[in-house]
Amino acid sequence: MRFLLHEIYYIALDFLQGMGASFLFLLRLLSYTPKALLRWRIVWLQIYSVGAMSLVLIMVSGLFIGMVMALESYHVLVKFAATAALGTGVALSILRELGPVVTALLFAGRAGTALTSEIGLMRATEQLAGMEMMAVNPIRRIVVPRFIAGAVSVPLLTMIFCVVAILGGYYVGVDLMGVDQGAFWSQMRVNVDLIDDVLKSVVIKSIVFGGAISLIAVYEGYYSLPTAEGVSQATTRTVVNSSLAVLALDYLLTALLFHGV
Amino acid sequence: MRQTRTIEISTGLFIILGFASLFFLATQTTNIRAYNDTSGYTVTASFTNVGGLKVRAPVTMAGVNVGRVTEIHLDPRTFSAIVSIQISQRFNQIPDDSSASILTSGLLGEQYIGISPGGSETFLKNGSKIQFTQSAIILENLIGQFLFNKASSGSK
Repeated sequence: MRFLLHEIYYIALDFLQGMGASFLFLLRLLSYTPKALLRWRIVWLQIYSVGAMSLVLIMVSGLFIGMVMALESYHVLVKFAATAALGTGVALSILRELGPVVTALLFAGRAGTALTSEIGLMRATEQLAGMEMMAVNPIRRIVVPRFIAGAVSVPLLTMIFCVVAILGGYYVGVDLMGVDQGAFWSQMRVNVDLIDDVLKSVVIKSIVFGGAISLIAVYEGYYSLPTAEGVSQATTRTVVNSSLAVLALDYLLTALLFHGV
Repeated sequence: MRQTRTIEISTGLFIILGFASLFFLATQTTNIRAYNDTSGYTVTASFTNVGGLKVRAPVTMAGVNVGRVTEIHLDPRTFSAIVSIQISQRFNQIPDDSSASILTSGLLGEQYIGISPGGSETFLKNGSKIQFTQSAIILENLIGQFLFNKASSGSK
């Protein structure tokens, strides 16, 4: 019993330490951000490898998620002869939840892990130490551009995901299932609110998710143990922690933005 | 160097694609027209019960959308609901004895305001008040009345 309490105590302490350390790390990254933006070429190249290279994955996933949403909703709605609401249903579920969350989870798996293992390997092969020897600040040169690239890419990928998903839903609903085309769009346009569903939900959520995933990924990479095992553990922690962070933040943001707990 | 250039161009394309998607979402899938269509004139109507009417609900005339609800509040003296309606400038020849009623699209659909034209020679203008109104039909009250009538006719 005593042993168990001891364990819980240390797990809680570890958790708090991790939160505190990553917050301090975030402040450090943000203090370097304005200067890093002046050297935009490095950031630009990172956006390519982190964001543009994830594009195919995000678009294909978005297409299938939109298609399956439309198919499932259609079979429920057709029982109530309410297939005209298909566009609304698909658009709202994509914009409110699925778009930001699924993009963030996929991004954590596709690009977050890459960031962690890249920085972790640099630490393991003493490249970061080498930079310090040459009086190059590795946080400024390596970590900050990757953090910015991740934080910028997630919102862009989320927008693309939502559009592809809605078009996929349109294809299944209208072309395959024969829902009326006019009803699909007009019902959607009446019920999807510009501020609530696009600006508040898609934009704010994806910016927060992007920041959180990128912070976790570069933090875990930078502080990984300089061994093969250490890098692999850091990569695992990136996926686990950023997925949990995204899901927890999603609830928090939904509760805050749409005033209901 | 050539490869770097290709990478930079594709990054630019990626960013443009992202913003184009946001533009598409905002203009094609949302009610953006309800936000930027602010021209027009405002009239008010008082209802004894607005039911589930919401702000930004459509206002129609013969089924054609002519405006939208901009504000709903309670008159503290008469305890009736005052609904402000914004009507597009295009429809500036609505007779001032027209009547407004709260209707429902479908059995369980959204509520909206339907305006039935009157025969007056003068028209509604900014700030005028629609005199004849018909409140929302509350389904529960209707069922209650029906059951009450059934019961009283059954007791005879």
